[in-house]
Amino acid sequence: MSVKNDTIEFPDELLAFIRVWKEKPGNLIMVLHKVQEEYGYIPREAADRVSELLEVPLAKIYGVITFYHFFKLTKPGKYNMQVCLGTACYLKGGDTLLEELENLLGIKTNEVTDDGLYSIEAVRCVGCCGLAPVLVVGEEVFGKVTKDQLPGIISKFKK
Amino acid sequence: MSTVHMKINGTPVEVSSEMTLLQAAKTVNVNIPTLCYHPDLPAWAACGICVVKLENSPKMVRACATPVAEGMSIITHDPELHQIRKTVLELILSTHPNSCLTCGRNGSCELQRLAGEFGIREQPYEIRLKDLPKDESTPSIVLNPEKCINCGRCAQVCQEVQGVWALEFVGRGEHTIIAPAANLLLDDSPCIKCGQCSAHCPVGAIFEKDQTRNFLNAVNDTTKKVIVQIAPAVRVAIGEGFDADPGCVCTGKTYAALRRLGADVVFDTNFAADLTIMEEGSELVQRLTQGSGPLPQITSCCPAWTDYMEKYAPDMIPHFSTAKSPMMMQGALTKTYYAEKAKIDPKDIFSVAIMPCTAKKYEITRDDNMFASGQQDVDLVLTTRELIRLIKASGIDFVNLPDEKADSPIGMYAGAGTLFGNTGGVMEAAIRTAYTLVTGENMKDVNVTAVRGMEGVKRGSVDFNGTEVKVAVAHGMGNVTELIEEVRQAREQNLPIPYHFIEVMACRGGCIAGGGQPYATTDEVRLQRISGLYADDERSTIRCSHENPEIQTLYKDYLGAPLSEKSHHLLHTTYQERKLYKK
Ligand code: SF4
Ligand code: SF4
Ligand code: SF4
Ligand code: FES
Repeated sequence: MSVKNDTIEFPDELLAFIRVWKEKPGNLIMVLHKVQEEYGYIPREAADRVSELLEVPLAKIYGVITFYHFFKLTKPGKYNMQVCLGTACYLKGGDTLLEELENLLGIKTNEVTDDGLYSIEAVRCVGCCGLAPVLVVGEEVFGKVTKDQLPGIISKFKK
Repeated sequence: MSTVHMKINGTPVEVSSEMTLLQAAKTVNVNIPTLCYHPDLPAWAACGICVVKLENSPKMVRACATPVAEGMSIITHDPELHQIRKTVLELILSTHPNSCLTCGRNGSCELQRLAGEFGIREQPYEIRLKDLPKDESTPSIVLNPEKCINCGRCAQVCQEVQGVWALEFVGRGEHTIIAPAANLLLDDSPCIKCGQCSAHCPVGAIFEKDQTRNFLNAVNDTTKKVIVQIAPAVRVAIGEGFDADPGCVCTGKTYAALRRLGADVVFDTNFAADLTIMEEGSELVQRLTQGSGPLPQITSCCPAWTDYMEKYAPDMIPHFSTAKSPMMMQGALTKTYYAEKAKIDPKDIFSVAIMPCTAKKYEITRDDNMFASGQQDVDLVLTTRELIRLIKASGIDFVNLPDEKADSPIGMYAGAGTLFGNTGGVMEAAIRTAYTLVTGENMKDVNVTAVRGMEGVKRGSVDFNGTEVKVAVAHGMGNVTELIEEVRQAREQNLPIPYHFIEVMACRGGCIAGGGQPYATTDEVRLQRISGLYADDERSTIRCSHENPEIQTLYKDYLGAPLSEKSHHLLHTTYQERKLYKK
């Protein structure tokens, strides 16, 4: 009922999913999951559209997206560098890896480099505690990573 | 009403079964400390300072959110509870800046008061302050997330009471902040500037934009004639700043204080409230008798409400009265009618409005119609809270000031005008005059009790000599949706219109509980302020706007008649659909 900003067109499958879930309790989180599956993150325009379709205030949607670590607000880089901060990795210096990665790439956690190539994410235990500290890039898992190895790892993912 | 029997600190009591432990304790004169709880809002139980012990159980419960039960026995105060509460405070203080001396809430902060009462003298916990920018984007309020203690009151009032959803908790854990969606500034969010968040925040995390300096600069400028108007609701609340009871009518003292502060001329917005009734009442009669616009006609004197409607219900625009708010009418006349009479160049006038309201700071520049005189019609809005500070800082002994009168020719008011400050008041004032316009005679009893009281939505009808006029009143922004839906349904299904006239005020209770009024407003305080305004009305020899002699002169000498071309130019405005989110 009000003037709209730019909108996004959801694919039919997503629209059908939203129709099914519209009246069900807990639908917001389900729908947001589906949106993230589709786009890799929750673009602002998608949040606007969900707000409209579910008749839920936008502020409530952002309350949910920012509460759950799972949801991403920015499009991840082509190479999303996931640093494990599970207990084992943390104890073995996962946080210093994270810091060093931030320094090397000149971005903070959850940010993307200007060229869209890299992003950094802190993740919960990825289940390779024996290899702690662990860095995951796409399908590739790097174990027992030291700070000195980071430039080399970054340069493997250039294009 | 069913009751339960329980013991509070060993004293047997019988209380209503609807009560919380907090309320039950009050009945035996025991105050349990609270911080996140506010009587206007459902308990959210966020802070934990209100914990009490259940006897014969190791459990402690939060008194603000725990209902009473038969046979319950509670301990509200003992050395252990004292220590727990002190620890709660110390933990909160470890994330809260110590900048009390330079804070807008110095002296009125609930956290500061508790820290004082509990004798906090040191900070045993590691200090972890937030480093976040202030949001000063709106003309009305400032959001300072560094001072936020995450009590949740602002979000609750903005979402549940006002139905605006500008603010929400964003993030999690210790990174949680109160903010609009999508990292936006408040001014780009749906915020309607009502300031209810600032009136409910226990600390200095949200407060009115302080513009007292602008006033002092203006009175210091010898080339400027400072002309001030005061709103209806200010007179029954300003006294609270000087330890008077809520509802004490301080009109004459406020005029006097303003003159001592350096105002050259003091007018009263109540005059323009009477004028609004003449214009809006005539507009209603035209719609009723000539079908000049859709019915119901809806009031438009609350800028937070017009902002809400433009964003959330733009299909209601044709229903809006085009009459400006009293403040804007007073401003336009100050720089035209009065300026001509007094032979002052309107460019030399600095026009100030003292308002209960933060949204009024936004209204003065909301669109080109607010410059009807060729200048900005109102240059500055100060809230009641800002005026109280100015009076104190200027060493004025407010309570002992002699009562003074407002200046002519636009300072006099009828009882109807003063009622603009509370819910139902605009409706009552309009009915008094519309009745006369339609029937040619005055109402025998001008008290329209059907639209009085604190019910969120009030419905009633008035008999205009055989014609039934149906009216409705909503206050607390969220309550308006019910009425809007009724109007929409009737329109879509071609049903008879549910009402002829609807009054809406964004704040619960009306402007008497506006976002710029003295703190600690509860329903009890609202009712006291409202009865102050009704008393002011009843004491007036003239009760109806159309009988105000200065209004009659204004029409005779200057405007011609209500809805004349001149009236339209100076006293009416337009509305436009706006985006919910600017970005
Ligand atoms: S001013 Fe009113 S609408 Fe804006 S954030 Fe505060 S409570 Fe919400
Ligand atoms: S801004 Fe104020 S009212 Fe809102 S959560 Fe923070 S402390 Fe509470
Ligand atoms: S009800 Fe009165 S105080 Fe509240 S926003 Fe409207 S005009 Fe301002
Ligand atoms: S006042 Fe009860 S939990 Fe805060």
